Amino acid sequence: MTRSFFARNPSVLIFIAVLAVFTLAVTLASEATGTGALSTSFVKTLGKTLCLCLVAIAMDLIWGYAGILSLGHMAFFGLGGYMIGMWLMYARTEAIVATSMANAQIPPTDQEIVDAIGTQIFGVVGSSDFPPIWIFADSLALQLMLVVLVPGLLALVFGWLAFRSRVTGVYLSILTQAMTLALSLYLFQNDSGLRGNNGLSGLQNLPGANNIPQADISLWFFWASAFALGVGYLLAAWIVSGKFGSVIRGIRDDEARVRFLGYSVEGYKLFVFTITAIIAAIAGALYYPQAGIINPAEIAPIASIYLAVWVAIGGRGRLYGAVIGAAFVSLLSTMFTGGQVPSVPLGFYTIDWVDWWQVLLGLSFVLVTLFAPKGIGGLVDLVTGRRPPDRHGADLGPDKGSLQEREAEQ
Amino acid sequence: MKRIISAVLVAWTLCVSLASAQDLAGSPIQTLLQEHRALIEKASRKTIQPAIDALGESGLPQAQVVLEKWQDKELWQRESDGLFFFAEKVDSTTWRLIDIDTGAPVGEVDKGEIDQLKPNSGVRSLIGATLVQFQLLDPDPAKRIEALDAIQRDPEESHLAALAGSIEKEPDPEIRTRKERLVRLLTISWSESEEDRIAAIESFKGDLGVDTRAALNPLVATIREVAEGEIPQGVNLAARLRPGSEALPAAEAYALLVGNGLAPERIDADARLAALQQNIVEGRVGGVPLAQLDTEEARDRAYAALAEAGVVPPTALQADVDAALAAHVFYDRYAEPNAVITEAANETLSSINTQVGLNQALDLGLDALSLASIYFLAAIGLAVTFGVMGVINMAHGEFIMMGAYTGYVVQQLIPDYTISILVALPMAFAVTFAAGVALERLVIRWLYNRPLETLLATFGISIALQQLAKNIFGTQARPLTSPGWLDGALVLNDVVSISYIRIAIFVLALIFLFLFLFIMNRTRIGLEVRAVTQNPRMAASMGINPDRINMLTFGLGSGIAGIAGVAIGLYAKVTSELGADYIVQSFMTVVVGGVGNIWGTLLGATMIGFLQKGIEWLNPSNTLAAQTYMIIFIIIFIQFRPRGIIALKGRAAGD
Repeated sequence: MTRSFFARNPSVLIFIAVLAVFTLAVTLASEATGTGALSTSFVKTLGKTLCLCLVAIAMDLIWGYAGILSLGHMAFFGLGGYMIGMWLMYARTEAIVATSMANAQIPPTDQEIVDAIGTQIFGVVGSSDFPPIWIFADSLALQLMLVVLVPGLLALVFGWLAFRSRVTGVYLSILTQAMTLALSLYLFQNDSGLRGNNGLSGLQNLPGANNIPQADISLWFFWASAFALGVGYLLAAWIVSGKFGSVIRGIRDDEARVRFLGYSVEGYKLFVFTITAIIAAIAGALYYPQAGIINPAEIAPIASIYLAVWVAIGGRGRLYGAVIGAAFVSLLSTMFTGGQVPSVPLGFYTIDWVDWWQVLLGLSFVLVTLFAPKGIGGLVDLVTGRRPPDRHGADLGPDKGSLQEREAEQ
Repeated sequence: MKRIISAVLVAWTLCVSLASAQDLAGSPIQTLLQEHRALIEKASRKTIQPAIDALGESGLPQAQVVLEKWQDKELWQRESDGLFFFAEKVDSTTWRLIDIDTGAPVGEVDKGEIDQLKPNSGVRSLIGATLVQFQLLDPDPAKRIEALDAIQRDPEESHLAALAGSIEKEPDPEIRTRKERLVRLLTISWSESEEDRIAAIESFKGDLGVDTRAALNPLVATIREVAEGEIPQGVNLAARLRPGSEALPAAEAYALLVGNGLAPERIDADARLAALQQNIVEGRVGGVPLAQLDTEEARDRAYAALAEAGVVPPTALQADVDAALAAHVFYDRYAEPNAVITEAANETLSSINTQVGLNQALDLGLDALSLASIYFLAAIGLAVTFGVMGVINMAHGEFIMMGAYTGYVVQQLIPDYTISILVALPMAFAVTFAAGVALERLVIRWLYNRPLETLLATFGISIALQQLAKNIFGTQARPLTSPGWLDGALVLNDVVSISYIRIAIFVLALIFLFLFLFIMNRTRIGLEVRAVTQNPRMAASMGINPDRINMLTFGLGSGIAGIAGVAIGLYAKVTSELGADYIVQSFMTVVVGGVGNIWGTLLGATMIGFLQKGIEWLNPSNTLAAQTYMIIFIIIFIQFRPRGIIALKGRAAGD
């Protein structure tokens, strides 16, 4: 067992290499540093896609490896976005207010500055007072800590409550969905302190970076996203490769058996749930400055379900599958809903993809679930010639509902 | 000869007209009017009362008509002899006079020969008060009720005596009760006697009428006042207020002082800043350098220096404000000076409030019950597919939507709302039953034993169906109109009411509960469903076809969702997101209630309905927050009863 981590997981090296080449290619083709073949908005789209790939890895860890179908990870993703968005919005408004007030002959009092910022930010929900949750908004360091702490603590508390009462399977899925719904409904209120359904906006403008073109900023965020994805992939691969990974796969396949072997199943689940929530939050904190706006609709349960769709289409239980699924489906989605795919005239009716993409996605998702449970990642097995262990079609576990062997080869 | 004849004719005409004038003047009503002629001609509010009283008390049958016409400015006086007539216009210059006694036309006159009586508004209202007396004793009950309504709408002091006088002669017991109640109400506001008022106030204890509260609330209205040193004697004190408390913020208290001329005005921050800006001299204001002016104290100091120099008007500083606030007392006093009456009114109001609170709780309970029946209807189909078969159907919400759209389409084809609803219910069942069977055959049966996959696959169906509905029906909401006999509400009293549509949904939920119980417990198919649920292999070896049973069960659950969709569509707008709005609550209902038990679903729906209404009542402005707190509550509830309120035990519990 002296073989190195990379030798045991060749896919990690391949993935990192592909990611590096991709990053380099985008850098060379971008407007800021290269030929300009890729527009700034497309670089942003690619950067956002990398963030989605990162959250898909988190989803794969919790679902594909630990067998917990969480419908709440996009909520953690959104929370991360909100946390960084608070600082971005506060700092930028502060700069604007300070500039406009600098022209006054009499210097403003501190209270006047805060009031002016408050009016700027909360005027849209008919208020001008800073809610208590904005108390750290003036500090980037504290707000960055909150990016990790708030979703992490929420996941910890929720996970602890759910796992200790042995809520499993679909019950847990529904419970996480309820949590997501509760959170998004809460944020939809105007007096939630986060601007209700207006959300936080103008996040693409970094404070103090007025003179730097968006082309540069988009590339920086692209690099940051690529770096985060690389690190996230390494971390996830490391988590699932060792003994720990074996235990969580064991929990997925037969929770009771792992418990009887003496493992603290709840502890493992809680760890995976919390760490994936944090990864999702970091992905969100990188995503929303590129998207420019965040509102509670992004946290609605449907977003988390789409996340599950990406991972399922890409292939659960393999990290690169999740990345491929997220990148493939989200880019395809952007193309179809953005009207970039030509309509199909059928003579009696013209299929406009903006209207029909969701139908296509829903149906193809059903087809993937029914006929290709391995997803796109399963194609890799054809190339490598990997064969599942032959157990003559028997279930891998004694429970009904345990995985069949063709789904559990990772 | 001609002359003689004409002279005779003239004399005769004169005689006749004189005679008729004598005749007219002789009628009792005209006599009465002539007696008070001087008052009537120069009618003024102060002097007219005896004339009106005389008419009112005369007991003459024409008195009411005369008063009404007089009030409406339709009483005329002939200049030549001062007699009163009604008149109607013949053409622009000629008017026809009508006798006030008999109503017969008397003759036509030139407009210049008659004067219109134009009582002013004060006189008219006095006439009105006397007229009320007539209306209250009118033989037609409808007229009497009309008069009571008018009094209730716009009560006046003068009504009290008239109303009290009319009770004796009231034959109809119902109207009599109403009159007595109205007398008590008027007594509260207008009676001279303190005992009467207090007795009237106390008689309304626990009364729910809005009119009672409208009569009582002015009695306890307060006026905010301020005094130096101590509160003056003899004031009917409601409460003493401390400046700076929540009831009286310091700024408001000082504004009160300024308003009463007890303290100088304090300049507000913006005006002070403007004043400072106008007086910048060589980078300083009042001797304070500009750079230092970023605190409140520095600005106050600079302004004070300017005021001393006489450049700006002086203002109170923060210290002066504090001193002024400390030197005065602030209090609310009742507008009503009599403390006994305010006390009685307060007591009665608090007893009314208790009663209103109880009734509001009842109203809330009814609301919650109807919400619970909606959740029950939405969840009962899910209880079948999820509870009995263990299959998660995320497309359940879309089946609800499909049912609602079926109702909409049926209404487009059948214009009569009653018939269309009766057709729509079975149609919706048929459509969603077919869709459910198709879904089961095509997708779900391949995924039994893999619940997470079922969840995802049905979710795919759900987004496809939602988008499909959007493509077909558009994004705007479609109306599903309820039949006319379901409009309106059942009103129990002024506080408690429930709309018929909610009652209908409640009844529908009950019907489905019993239908479901009947099917499951009393029919062959129910027996087979229960057998397949407990042990499919054993059931199969007993000759039951589990495939067929699963298909039918799923169809049944979906069909009920369709009917729930029609019911929900009746009071909510039909959109493609209709189902998605209910899906999480429906799952919650099933999970909280306990899977696999219809009574559990019933309890779960009841609990969630009451919980949501209860939270909404605590925080009425915000239904979003109510849903948030409810979901959090459910998450915590699951901690204590992970398998729901009614958990299956033993073998039936499965895993």
